[in-house]
Amino acid sequence: MAADIYLNVAVSGLLTGLVYGLMALGLSVIFGVVRVVNFAHGEMTTIAMYLAIVAFNALGLDPLVMMVPIAAVLFALGYAMQAGIINPFISRPEYSQFILLVAIAMIMVNGLLIVFGPDARNVQTSYSYDSFLIGRLIVDATKVYAGIATILVTVALFAFFRFTLIGKAIRACADNYTGALVVGLDVKHLYALTFGLGAACVGAAGAMLVLLVDVTPALGPAYTLLAFIIVITGGLGSMPGALVGGILIGLTEAMAGLFFTPSAKSMFSFGLLVLVLLFRPQGILGKRAS
Amino acid sequence: MIDWLLEGVPRRGLVLLAGLLAVLIAAPWLANDYLITVLIIILYFAYTGQAWNVMMGFAGQLSLGHAIYVGIGGYAAAALYVHFGVGPWIGLPAAIAIAMICGAIIGFLAFRFGVGGVYFAILTIAFAEFARIGFDHFRWVGGSSGFFLPVANYARNDLWNLRGNPTMFYYVMLALTVAAFILCHALLKSRVGYYWQAIREDEVAARSLGINTFRYKMYAVVISAGMTSIAGVFFAFYYNNLFPEQVFHISRSIELILGPIIGGIGTLFGPIIGAFLLTGLSEMMQELLARLGFDVPGAKQVFYGVCLLLVVMVLPGGVWPWIARKLGLTGRQS
Repeated sequence: MAADIYLNVAVSGLLTGLVYGLMALGLSVIFGVVRVVNFAHGEMTTIAMYLAIVAFNALGLDPLVMMVPIAAVLFALGYAMQAGIINPFISRPEYSQFILLVAIAMIMVNGLLIVFGPDARNVQTSYSYDSFLIGRLIVDATKVYAGIATILVTVALFAFFRFTLIGKAIRACADNYTGALVVGLDVKHLYALTFGLGAACVGAAGAMLVLLVDVTPALGPAYTLLAFIIVITGGLGSMPGALVGGILIGLTEAMAGLFFTPSAKSMFSFGLLVLVLLFRPQGILGKRAS
Repeated sequence: MIDWLLEGVPRRGLVLLAGLLAVLIAAPWLANDYLITVLIIILYFAYTGQAWNVMMGFAGQLSLGHAIYVGIGGYAAAALYVHFGVGPWIGLPAAIAIAMICGAIIGFLAFRFGVGGVYFAILTIAFAEFARIGFDHFRWVGGSSGFFLPVANYARNDLWNLRGNPTMFYYVMLALTVAAFILCHALLKSRVGYYWQAIREDEVAARSLGINTFRYKMYAVVISAGMTSIAGVFFAFYYNNLFPEQVFHISRSIELILGPIIGGIGTLFGPIIGAFLLTGLSEMMQELLARLGFDVPGAKQVFYGVCLLLVVMVLPGGVWPWIARKLGLTGRQS
């Protein structure tokens, strides 16, 4: 019986971790190409979450259906951010980029606070309390749907980078900035596109996260940190790394919540992050920096 | 010593500095209580900004988790006072020592293992968050429900126990700010200061010139941590309460670094100008919003965000270098 609890918690942590992984994937894609650390990542996630809540409450649209339109809205936001604000900062020192994004994050999180207030919100779908029974394993239906959707989005993104011309062009920019300029690629446009794609991951992840957690504006900074932890654990700039990191953090937090107190669970993620930074700074699947 | 400190400082700068100091000393006679409390906040941010600037502005190590040193300093002195009856001035060295050890651990781990740039900044956030959650579960100092100092009556100023009216706290904070200013000026003119600037500009070049970059980066972290913890002790005794969710929160770390960034990273006046600008403008704006009946939480932070955005986009070096040029103060200490 006891083993069942552990297994249930582990599976639930794994599925939640997958969604976290999708959010972090956006961060990894952006950093891998644009080389800018998106300090507003969690704040963008909460924007997506609020969009899903507004769509659900006002129009009754299911968050899983809204995933695509919300991803599109976030894509537009990301494209505009990179093209309008961040592109001029590409050649500026790192701390300057940090501060720019920290400023954007502050405006976003407190803008949400002004519009929606500090109260937690969530959605209640018709399948909120459904679960699947697999042998002795009980799995929440929402988590299963979210996990499957994450995998679909990730596969689509992989295929995009692998097989399309634009995907290849973006990878070329990431590999060699000057080389990409020399062969005539519009690097600024491609950067904006990449930032948009990263933001679209965030949009999809945010739409699913409203099914799993209650949203408050304060979740923004917490998710930014979570995305950092996942991406650094998995390997900054590595796409599979983000998913692996997400699953690992999801499992760690679920287990820590079970064995210790749930409020202390993020301490274990931070502990994991510190260990990774010290002993394998490139992350589990990252390549060693040259 | 004084000659050495004054060497290379333009005369006009000295006159302006003396004028500013005179106004600040006279402020309690000129200003009402509200203005004094605002000035305390301004000086608090000027001080902590100066302390952060040692690490980022001088040595080029970006810390985004400086709230950890404020919190540790505050909790150490407050715990000594509440549990053992040890006064703040005795608790202060203990608080500084603990914060310095904490800084040394973070610095050692980061620099020994070659964690730099983005990763270093995130490591500092991670430690601050770690401390926040840790203190949330640290029952001896109240855990998440907060740690309270006995509130004194304001009839009499007791400098020894740091209990008294805002004017006394104002002078304590002013003294700290002046001391930090002089210390930073001296540090910048010392050998360590030049080594730090060399590391900031190009670490590989600095190392190839024979500078022990590990050791000097450690000095920067430890000195900055120690200085910041003094502000924490002040914070604890001024506000009489400490909540992990407040003192260690990442927004505290960000708030603390806004002043020097807006004022000008790596400059001595930057943190002071930045603190005045930011706190002054935000108080004015809050007043304005309250008058307009638009009193919502978050408005102040949106304002901070917009200020920060504008400064990094328009004046990436900060406001002070620009003012200094206008005033004709482009001496060595910029």
